[in-house]
Amino acid sequence: MTVAAIDRAPAAVPAGLARGRGGGGPASKRVVVAYGFWIFILGDMVMFSALFAAFAVLRNSTAGGPTGAELFDLRNVFIETMCLLVSSYTCGLGALSAERRQPGRFLAFAVLTFVLGAAFLFIEVSEFARMVEKGAGPSRSAFLSAFFTLVGTHGVHVAGGMIALIYLVAQVLAYGLPAAVLRRLLCWSLFWHALDIVWVGVFTLVYLMGDWH
Amino acid sequence: MTDRHEHVLDDRTPGVEEHESSATYLSYTVGLALAILATIASFVVSQTDLLWPPGIPVGLIVLAFAQIGVHLVFFLHLGSGADSTNNILALAFGVLIVFLVIIGSVSIIASLNSNMMPMSQ
Repeated sequence: MTVAAIDRAPAAVPAGLARGRGGGGPASKRVVVAYGFWIFILGDMVMFSALFAAFAVLRNSTAGGPTGAELFDLRNVFIETMCLLVSSYTCGLGALSAERRQPGRFLAFAVLTFVLGAAFLFIEVSEFARMVEKGAGPSRSAFLSAFFTLVGTHGVHVAGGMIALIYLVAQVLAYGLPAAVLRRLLCWSLFWHALDIVWVGVFTLVYLMGDWH
Repeated sequence: MTDRHEHVLDDRTPGVEEHESSATYLSYTVGLALAILATIASFVVSQTDLLWPPGIPVGLIVLAFAQIGVHLVFFLHLGSGADSTNNILALAFGVLIVFLVIIGSVSIIASLNSNMMPMSQ
């Protein structure tokens, strides 16, 4: 094989060839952008894993204070979970509508996603306030410090996601749905779905397994 | 497009032109149904004696992994397609680190706890 032959780009590549391994030429922009954002999400997951580990280690260190079984209201946790799940669904449908260039539908789904996220945060914050009022704040025991850090960090992520959603809706209103805005939306929906995955870990480890003791 | 917009939409992102994603309304709906099913199963298992009680934590962990799998496939669109290859490799590395941190911490602290001098002495 001559150098010229190696140098030439492959002319016709069969569809479905593994672009991820470089076989079919450069990947599309949305794949490149989503990959970069995926790395960020995995970094975030590693951070959460440290908080999960701290909680798992400290869950029984209640220092004579209230335990999880006494504090948690599973009915609220279930409602919170449903809020997040359905908001993930509306977020996905919103991203799909945006890709299909239907700005009206996108805005409707974005509002729904925002409202469900706000409902989740409202329930969480009022639960926190109720616990602090009962004297079960983060300074009561190592268990509660770990609980507030883990669940609070997830809540802060949800709040950050909602602020980012406002910013994205403003961009859609200002610029419409060009490719660059669509890619930002794609990253945002990855972020929102990833928060749901973290929440699955939270309700399993913190609430359900805590209650079993 | 006016000049005012150009700095925002100036396209220097690497990669070739776009292609539409293969996601459909149906795939999200299936994902939502499966995720709700797994969630309800988790809550039921934790609140009842449906499972042998000492096995409940294991059951909950299995259900959590099932639900995370549903989220990855139906919401984050990780699949066997060529576009997912790098994402799955990165995910595998992420999962390795997450497991090292969590299992490592738990087992080290449990070992330290069991080697503590009893408090009463």
